[in-house]
Amino acid sequence: MVKIIYRDFEGTVREVEAKVGETVMETAIKNGIPGIDADCGGACACATCHVYVDPSFMEKVGTPEDMEQSMLDFAENVTENSRLSCQIPVSEDLEGLTVTTPEAQH
Amino acid sequence: MDLSSAQKIVIIGGGQAGAQASFSLRQGGYEGAITMVCDEHAPPYQRPPLSKAFLKGELPEERLYFKPAAWYEDNGVELMLGMRATKIDRATRQVHLSHGGVLEYDALILATGSRPRPLPIEGASLAGVHELRSLEDVERLAPQTIAGRRIVIVGAGYIGLEAAAVASQLGLDVTVLEMAPRVLARVTSPVMAEFYEAEHARHGVKIRCGAGLSALKGEDGKVTAAVLNTGEELPADLVLVGIGILPNQELAAEAGVACENGILVDRDARTNDPRIFAAGDCACRPLVHFGRTGRLESVHNAIEQGKLAAAAILGKPRPAEDTPWFWSDQYDVKLQIAGIGTGYDQLVVRGDPEARKFAVFYLKGGVLIAADAVNSAPEFMVAKKLIASAAVVAPERLSDTSISMKEIAAEAV
Repeated sequence: MVKIIYRDFEGTVREVEAKVGETVMETAIKNGIPGIDADCGGACACATCHVYVDPSFMEKVGTPEDMEQSMLDFAENVTENSRLSCQIPVSEDLEGLTVTTPEAQH
Repeated sequence: MDLSSAQKIVIIGGGQAGAQASFSLRQGGYEGAITMVCDEHAPPYQRPPLSKAFLKGELPEERLYFKPAAWYEDNGVELMLGMRATKIDRATRQVHLSHGGVLEYDALILATGSRPRPLPIEGASLAGVHELRSLEDVERLAPQTIAGRRIVIVGAGYIGLEAAAVASQLGLDVTVLEMAPRVLARVTSPVMAEFYEAEHARHGVKIRCGAGLSALKGEDGKVTAAVLNTGEELPADLVLVGIGILPNQELAAEAGVACENGILVDRDARTNDPRIFAAGDCACRPLVHFGRTGRLESVHNAIEQGKLAAAAILGKPRPAEDTPWFWSDQYDVKLQIAGIGTGYDQLVVRGDPEARKFAVFYLKGGVLIAADAVNSAPEFMVAKKLIASAAVVAPERLSDTSISMKEIAAEAV
């Protein structure tokens, strides 16, 4: 299990144990983390699982592929730390990963 | 009717809409009882992967579940799995169950979904003839999808074509039969149909349009061939039927809830009985962006109506009604669809279908009503917004790939 920390837009922090191989989105949904909708269930089709990756983890998390990047280009309040959490698989490397959820997913 | 003091909410159906309603009720602060009557045996799960990654064997079953089973227990949502509702008694506000029990309700959400349209021909009940709607359907089908076997898929809608893509990738010999002159005839334009026909042909899938199926033939109770109305026989080890779905509205109709091509609801997902709501595939709803009512068979619709019903029960403001949207994954082609193209009078292609990256826009009276985006997320994302605002967009701008979708979005009126 890998520890993932979700911070919501108001600053409330929730720490959960994630399974290696599941995604940061799935971990959030299964643990009832507010602020992630993930309407399409992880198909990279909807951009409703947008998160901001903590700058210290940007390198480990890596960069989005083309499809994800184009979805992000049209999501709202995107920054250079934006990722779709359905496209981030949990790995041992991500122990302690902190992501912040936006106020709304549209 | 104000239901904000409701203490007993019953949800019939544990699909995407029913599950969403339970999540939204709890998120919205509702603390009373929630009982979900699910006729399947698994906790609520996502259906889209059933015809994609899950059929291919790339996704374990637990990853289909919206929430682990413990979530329902921890959040006071009673899941009655393997249970059917047999009758709604509106006068006493009771739901009768298949084991003889009765549930009382202050508010009732019907998320009864839909069922595959049965194949109305001889041989349809032979062994080896499959449907693809539920986890159990895939559990029956997947062990049979073995390389080298011959599968005949009846119906070239999204389910049939997604299954054809998976089956061909698994090494089966795949034939798709379609009655209409082209694939996806009910849901999209000839441009898209032509693209998908070519894509499947490239992968060795044989698509036969304008094909009338007259019977399925079998030996010892097991299917062996599909017989066309020309007399031609196509040998088959397996048959998959994907010819559309029918809304599960009978329970509602028998209780006197108004139905017509689904359970009729208003913008709050409320039926003609103010204590009864309907959401998802089973509901016929106002399509606010299109000025008519209709039944949508999609994840987005199920989620949205689940939220609408929960909000109406809790007396909260109505959540936004978004542009309807859909998606389909076949091979490495991602199709994202925004809006509903029915009744378009102008079609604009942006990009080159041969490059496998293009979009088709559908306009009606100059207004954008739908878009099919193939490996083209920007076109999809912008179309979704423009459709919601009933934007008038110049067709020659849409087709000009030197103008970015961002610019098009900015100049639309």
